[in-house]
Amino acid sequence: MEISEAEFAVTTADGFEAFLDSRNEPEWLQQKRRDAFALYEDYSKKDLDPEEFRRLDLRLFRPNDYRIRSTGDDSSAAGQFNNLMTERGEFAGQVAHIDGKPVQSQVQAELTEKGVIFCSLAEAVENHPELVQKHLLTQAVQPDTDRFSAWHAAFWTGGVFLYVPRNVELTQPLHSLIGLSRSGTADFSHTLVVLEDGARATLLEETSSADANAAGMHMGAIELIVGAGAHLAYVQLQTWNERVFHFAHQCGRVAQDGSLQWTVSALGSKFSHVHQDVMLDGKGANAQVNGVAFATDRQKLSYYTRQAHKAPHTTSDLLYKEVVRDRARMIWRGMIDVDEVAQLTDGYQRNDSLILSRDARVDAIPGLEINADDVRCTHAATAGQVDEEQILYCLSRGISRQEAMHVIVEGFFSQVFDRIPVELVRHTLSQTVQEKLGFGLED
Amino acid sequence: MNALLKIEDLHVNVGETEILKGVNLEIRQGEIHALMGPNGSGKSTLAYTLIGHPKYEVTKGRIEIDGVELNEMDPSDRARLGMFLAFQYPVTIPGVKVADFLRLALSNVRNPDRKEGESLISMREFRTELRETMKQLNMDSSFATRYLNEGFSGGEKKRMEILQLALLKPKFALLDETDSGLDSDAVRVVSEGLSKLAGPEMGVLIITHHERLLEYNEPQFTHVMLAGKIVETGDASLAHELHANGYDSIRKRHPEEAAWEEQQQETAAK
Ligand SMILES: Nc1ncnc2c1ncn2[C@@H]1O[C@H](COP(=O)(O)OP(=O)(O)OP(=O)(O)O)[C@@H](O)[C@H]1O
Ligand SMILES: [Mg+2]
Repeated sequence: MEISEAEFAVTTADGFEAFLDSRNEPEWLQQKRRDAFALYEDYSKKDLDPEEFRRLDLRLFRPNDYRIRSTGDDSSAAGQFNNLMTERGEFAGQVAHIDGKPVQSQVQAELTEKGVIFCSLAEAVENHPELVQKHLLTQAVQPDTDRFSAWHAAFWTGGVFLYVPRNVELTQPLHSLIGLSRSGTADFSHTLVVLEDGARATLLEETSSADANAAGMHMGAIELIVGAGAHLAYVQLQTWNERVFHFAHQCGRVAQDGSLQWTVSALGSKFSHVHQDVMLDGKGANAQVNGVAFATDRQKLSYYTRQAHKAPHTTSDLLYKEVVRDRARMIWRGMIDVDEVAQLTDGYQRNDSLILSRDARVDAIPGLEINADDVRCTHAATAGQVDEEQILYCLSRGISRQEAMHVIVEGFFSQVFDRIPVELVRHTLSQTVQEKLGFGLED
Repeated sequence: MNALLKIEDLHVNVGETEILKGVNLEIRQGEIHALMGPNGSGKSTLAYTLIGHPKYEVTKGRIEIDGVELNEMDPSDRARLGMFLAFQYPVTIPGVKVADFLRLALSNVRNPDRKEGESLISMREFRTELRETMKQLNMDSSFATRYLNEGFSGGEKKRMEILQLALLKPKFALLDETDSGLDSDAVRVVSEGLSKLAGPEMGVLIITHHERLLEYNEPQFTHVMLAGKIVETGDASLAHELHANGYDSIRKRHPEEAAWEEQQQETAAK
């Protein structure tokens, strides 16, 4: 059967209606999308939050340049993506999307027998509607947060669903790839992870471009729902090419005594603006947040992080490390919020940046908002340049300037690499960093 | 034939100020030289200039190894040619493991034509060599997995310099006060370490204010620097004499340089 190519504009009511018609979805979901689109239209008439967008110039972003595609080019399989973990690791399951379309979905049979679900979100809507309806855009990411969350909620297409039943422990990691291939594609993928009480899992996700020159947009969301006593390790490696605009609302919720270890790496994209929230909802909940960012050329990466302590005895520990070079710019704004009831919490945030060129810039803005009186919350931010004496020391031992730079940058990241539990991730990160250092070096 | 490091009428500026004012020195592989002189006379400046530190600008004169001019050569290429400095104040490189750093350095010095990204010397070969060298220098093997100089004591830093010297086996080793800031046990370890390493394959220039290092490694030549010039050269007995009596007699014998020294100190004081 020949399927005709369909494209949908993502900013107009006509585009939205045509998109809705093309989806074979239950009514509750279509209604949810309609509500979100109405919100999006409202938000679009209003100005963006001036405080948030003061440092972010969106003039170069033209939403009308991008389309959702109902059919994609299936031949562009994972093989075209550079330096992926997929090729080097062993996984208990793999799901891949390219240009918003699922192209691969598999999971070990023994996991399925235990009730684990790992598939594309569209498949999950079909086969497990009650689970999706309960968790999708209800608890973690809220569609009415801002223009971008509403937009995502109206148009989400690709994305992955992981569900781990009570007390089921996965030993091997799972892998998800969200790829962009053709120029002008809008990707609205959504990651939804639900761990029931006592469950354990590791999910490694990569967002990457198959074509180094294809312009694209990613309007994503990530929801990580961690049950009582459950443990989730989630890693997202973001290596879009430098023609992709990346927006995302990401939120993790952790119930009593649960723990979330969340690593983000921001290496790619032309422009990123990401909200990353962790909410410690239950007593004794814990979150560790690791960030590795490396911006070069004219990349502009903005990360807003929030550690929300909503219950007593909760702990959070955030460490972001960023390197900027050329004319790149990195913005980090971190908040620790402590609710009145969240006594005896321990919140920590630290941001270190290394600035390799005169024209590169970092704005790191930590913040605390504490409403409980018996807590320990601390933050620290440092910024520095590569010390010429360190370079000379390396050179004097026969190491070339470029390798010296790599040694120093990698050393700078090592503190955060050391916190990443999966060797494969460390290795992939280190290789990607090395690749990035390889071109456009000054001198 | 033994390689020859030749320094001819070397003038060096830091910014606008001339620090070295015509240094002449020849070191052959296999020889041990001591370089002495009061604080601020230019000893470290000479060492940094020889390894190609970008802050030190050669305005006149020539540095060569076996006729190959080094003046414009990148520090990394000089190291690959066999030049080595044990730093007076080694830097810390946070997050970089000693073993990883040394393997990279050794790969380049062993294969001087190696380009960045090309393969490193084999892990197994390197590990064995590192382990044996550390044993020889009485170093604990846990050093290998620590971050380079991070949290190292003064003595540990100096030993790390000697370890690098032992692995890289340069043709010419410059030691800038490798014996200072150490307790007497550490001085002995470093001195013994050096005496094991120095041999017919290595020319050594020892910059020092103390005698211990020279007791273990007796110099054939002692040079005295004053206000940016080598004003006297003698044998090991000159080093002893200076230790015993200080630099006053030198200043008396070289009034012109002594006057420069005074002038320099006055401007520095301002
Ligand atoms: N990087 C630099 N910037 C400014 N001045 C310098 C620099 N390096 C050396 N100098 C100056 O050059 C002169 C010689 O210094 P140098 O460090 O070579 O002396 P030294 O003989 O090694 O002394 P010491 O015995 O104290 O180590 C001093 O006046 C010093 O202040
Ligand atoms: Mg000195």
